Parts: sequence; structure tokens; C-alpha cells
Amino acid sequence: MATQSTTSKSFVDNLGKIYGGYAGGFIGFVIILAIMEQMGVPNKVIGYCFVFLTIGVYAYIGVLSRTMELSEYYVAGRVVPPFFNGMATGADWMSAASFISMAGGLYLGGYGALGYVLGWTGGYVLVGVLLAPYLRKFGQFTVPDFLGVRYEGNTARICGVIVLFCASFTYIVAQTFGIGIITSRFLDIPFEVAIFVGLLGILVCSMLGGMRAVTWTQVAQYIILIIAYLTPVVWLSFKLYGNPIPELSYGQALNEIADLEKKLGILKPHVGAYADAKGQFSWVEFNNFWALTLTLMIGTASLPHILMRYFTTPNVKDARTSVGWSIFFIFLLYFTAPAYAAFAKREVYTNVIGQQISQLPAWVQNWSQVGGLLTIKDGNNDGILQLSEFIINQDIIVLSMPEIAGLPYVISGLVAAGGLAAALSTADGLLLAIANALSHDVYYKMINPQASTMKRLLVARVLLVGVAIVGAAVAGTRPAGIIQMVAWAFSLAAAGLFAPLVLGIWWKRTTAAGAIAGMIVGFGVCAFYLVGTRYFDMPLWFGIRNISSALFGLPLAFLVTWAVSLMTQAPSKEMQDFVDSIRVPKGELAWVKGVTHE
Amino acid sequence: MAQLTPAQRDAYWRKTSRLMWIIMAWWVFFSFVVHFFAVQLNSISIAGFPLGFYMAAQGSLISYVVLCFWNASAQNKIDEEFGVAEDK
Repeated sequence: MATQSTTSKSFVDNLGKIYGGYAGGFIGFVIILAIMEQMGVPNKVIGYCFVFLTIGVYAYIGVLSRTMELSEYYVAGRVVPPFFNGMATGADWMSAASFISMAGGLYLGGYGALGYVLGWTGGYVLVGVLLAPYLRKFGQFTVPDFLGVRYEGNTARICGVIVLFCASFTYIVAQTFGIGIITSRFLDIPFEVAIFVGLLGILVCSMLGGMRAVTWTQVAQYIILIIAYLTPVVWLSFKLYGNPIPELSYGQALNEIADLEKKLGILKPHVGAYADAKGQFSWVEFNNFWALTLTLMIGTASLPHILMRYFTTPNVKDARTSVGWSIFFIFLLYFTAPAYAAFAKREVYTNVIGQQISQLPAWVQNWSQVGGLLTIKDGNNDGILQLSEFIINQDIIVLSMPEIAGLPYVISGLVAAGGLAAALSTADGLLLAIANALSHDVYYKMINPQASTMKRLLVARVLLVGVAIVGAAVAGTRPAGIIQMVAWAFSLAAAGLFAPLVLGIWWKRTTAAGAIAGMIVGFGVCAFYLVGTRYFDMPLWFGIRNISSALFGLPLAFLVTWAVSLMTQAPSKEMQDFVDSIRVPKGELAWVKGVTHE
Repeated sequence: MAQLTPAQRDAYWRKTSRLMWIIMAWWVFFSFVVHFFAVQLNSISIAGFPLGFYMAAQGSLISYVVLCFWNASAQNKIDEEFGVAEDK
């Protein structure tokens, strides 16, 4: 298999310098724009500069990384150092939902929304311990590849492709939707047009260079998104409490919120765990909290666009370390999000609620003019804003923070560029996961195993563009709820893929029949619960909301795989030797006869 | 040398599995067990944060970072002990 990598050694050795210079250049660019703003350049121009310049940089990296080699296209030549793979995974992972909506979710949901924060981080422990090093040792191109080899045949492979497609496609529609919203807001163009502008942004990164191009743009995108996320909240923390570390200072904001809640007569406290609307302990809330946490964590460890990032490290050891760096870079954003929520809530309770409507802070007035995101309605006509008269959309919290902190418009542009980086990078990773599964697993492995390298790469690119266009077209119909679609993707992946992947490595007795039955039952039950409760008014089981629908499919997948495996003949000696060879970092893989591999 | 005898291989996998279960136990503890007591923990205040809230917003996240790096380094030690670490 080992195709010699064409990524030049000096490039990999100088990554620190290259990206260090890039980060410095980006900060310089922000400062220049800030100066231009002071000199009177209009906001719209600054917004354009941010959107086009950042997309231009990604496109430049994408073109530089073009390749005509399979291992470069599918797994970035397996030369990505763990630290940088961690950054790329961070960008791959954090989407518009994390960047823009999560802090707002915390604002509205308080403790209850911390299930998202936990669920979207803890899964990396599972990735690092149970899967990543072994999948890296396996060393092929895609996640269905593993299923096809371990479970001897195309039935398992195609089951894997179907689950991958359903989960990743749901996810990519949500991302494209997010890109459309950001682009239309900052370029001031209609949503339907904005989606296709965003689509071009996605395709320039991935089409020519596949995984290699996506990897190096994702590192660039991570740098922009983390600078953009931290800047306004650090500034506000310093302004309010004289402490530039928001993660330390927002405890004080939480205490102020608690006092204000008493004053305003709010029954459900921000920090109160498992409370219903009256502030009483509720078992339904309790159960939904751990169910959501579990679903999101298992989903993390099952989503192919994340797992395939660990195919790109030079060796098994680096794959493990890389998981550590991934969670570290993700952690930087996730443990800051609750600070955003606390600062925004403190601001709203102090300076907005109970004030004269004619004298509200400037940021409230600005945002209430943008359609439907912030509504102020003086229900009792007393000229004073009551809590119930103030309706805020969760997407505003991050976007309005620069204004709450009294920062210039250039920082708002920075935040938009960050949100765009987050959405583009995730969309690219997902798109590649889907297109690779279709071109490699379906076309090459099942339809035309004789295809030449040229032809395979051509098919891969055609499918990439095709999937992207279909995704954008579906997103253009505005299917409801980004967060909900994202959570569905996690449920579907968790119920369909986690059991066959983990058991395939950790339990040698798992048979092909067992794994296939497990995938079908797990995925089927999950999809049934999802569709039934969402579209057919099916009553909830045990009060578990359908964003956690993997809760029922997942244990069934394990149970069925286990039972059917024991009822069927144990895997051959060769297959057991193969599993043994996956478990040990050093040494050749003991391929089972008749299995084709790269 | 890359070939382990079956006995060595079993010993290697026993150690690896043991590490896996230890990390999984901590993962269960920080992901679920701690948060089951969030209501009670919230009555304790640490650096201005109610402890139950703090654990879900920061404490458990820090533990995940530590667990991932710990797993990587502990597994490397096992690999070296059995001579199956990769050559660079």
C-alpha cells in the first residue's frame, strides 16, 4: 500500500513557522481593518473584507494542496503531526452550532444546556481509548472499509455506508444552512443566493486536494475561529471584573445573576440543576440530561468525519496523542461558552429588563431592527420592559457580544469570519466523508474494482460536487432547526456504527452476521423513534426527547450483535489473527486471504 | 522484533484492557456520576461557582483533556514494555 507521500518534508517540518506567521498576519489584518474603520470606512466594506479575504485564503491553501495521488487525496499522505491534526479536528468538529448557537442555548437553558457542553467533549475519551489507535493501525481510507474487512464482505460495508450517509447528510444540511445565514447577514444578499456562495467556499477547499487540502485549511480555520471566539469575551471579562480570563471571572457574574433572579422573581435559577419551569426538581429533566450527554458522546465516537481524521497521522502513537490535542483545542472553546451566556444574562438582567424602552442600550436597539432575532413588545404599555416582553434568539448571544462589550465593528466582522470558518470547516469534513464513502466504498470496492487511479479520483470529485449541490438544495428549503438536525446526526451515527466498530476491535467473537444484525436493529430503532416522534405524534418513551433517540437503538445494537454472534459460528482463525494484528501498534497486518486492500 | 508469542500477546492485551477499563471508569465518573449529585453539589461554592454547575461547565471538561493525554502516555509505556512501539 505505502504510496510515497508527496507532501514535502520541509513543509511538515516548518508547520509551526508557517501557521505562526499566518496567525500573526491575520491579527495584523484585523488591526489594519480596525484602523480603516476609525478612518471612516463603512461597516459593509469591512464585512466584505472579512468574508472574502478569509475564503480567499482557504481557497489559496486548497489550490496549493491539489493532488493526483490516492493516499494524499484520501488521508493527506498520513504525514499530519498530532498537534496540527488536533487543530484540524477542532475545526472539523466545531460547527456553526458550537460557535454561534451553543452559548445562546446556555443563555436560555442554563444548567440544562450543559448537557451539550459535556456531550460534545467527553466523546473524545472514547475515541482515544476505544477506536482511534486501532483504526489508524488498520490503515485504510474510510470507516466502512473497516466494516467491510472485519465483517468480511460488502453487506457490512454497505450497511456502514448507509448509516454514514444518513448521519453525515443530515449534519451537512444543517451546516450549509448555517453558512447561508452568516453569508446572507454579512454580505447582505438573499439567503438562497448566499447558500450557493457558501457552497463555492466549501468546494474550493476540498475539491482539488481532498483530505490533504481539507486538513491544511482546517488548521487555518481553527486559528481564525478560536481568535474570533475568545476576543470579545476576554475583553468584556476584563472590562467588568478586571480579569482577562473569563473562565475564572464569570463565577462572579453567576452570583450577580442569582441575586437579580430573586429580584425579578424568576423561579428557575440559571445554575439550578434538573429544575422544571417552577424551579422544582424534575426526573424528566434529570433523565434527559444524562441521555443527551450519553448520546452526544457516543455519537462523537461514531461520526466518520471525525474518525477519519485519525487516519492521517504518521503512526498509531501519534493518533493517540492527536486525540489529546483535539480535545484540548475543542476544550478552549467549550469551557468559554458558559462565560458568554453568563455575561449576556447579567447584561440583560441589569441594563435591559426593567428599563425605559426608549432608553435601552444601543446593542438592543441595533439588533431589534434585524428581522425577528430580538423582539421587544411593550405588552402592558407602561414604557418599561418586563422580562416577558423581551424575546431573544439564541444565535444573537455570540454575535452581539462585541457590541455588549462596546467593541468596534471590526470585532463583529471578526466574529462573523470565525462563525464562517467553523461552518465551512465542518461542512468540508462531512462532505469529504460522504463523497469518499461513495467513491471508495461503493464505486471502487463494489462497482468497478479495476478502476484506474485517475478514474477513481475523477469519480471522487464528481461525487463531491454532486453531494454538495444536493446538500445545498435541501438546505435551501429551510428545514427547521439546526441544533435538532445536528443532534439527530449524532443519534443515527451512535446507534448504527458504535457497536460494530467497538466490538469489532475489542471482542474477537463478533461475527459478520452479528454485526450486520446489530447495525440494522440499532439504526432502525433509532430512526423509527426519531421519525415517529417528530412527524407522526408518537408518544415519547419514558419522556426521553427525540434528540437523544440513540438511547434506545444503542443498547439494542449491542445486545443483538452479542446474541447473534454467539448463535453463529465464531470468526475464522485468520480473522482472529487479523484482529490481533490490529491491536498491536508495531508489525504488519495479518490480512485475511481474499480481502483486497490498498 | 515485531512478533509476540501468543502468551506475550495475551499479556499485552490484558494490560491494555486494564488501562481501558480504568480510563472508562473515570469517564463514567466524570460524565455521569458527578452530575447525578449536581443539586447537592450546587450548595457548595468554589471560587464563586456553585460546584455542581462548575463540574458540568469546566471540571469534567478538564478531566477529559487529562484522561486523553494520560491514556496516550500510559499506553505508550505498555507498548515500550512489550517492544511493540513503532520505530519513528
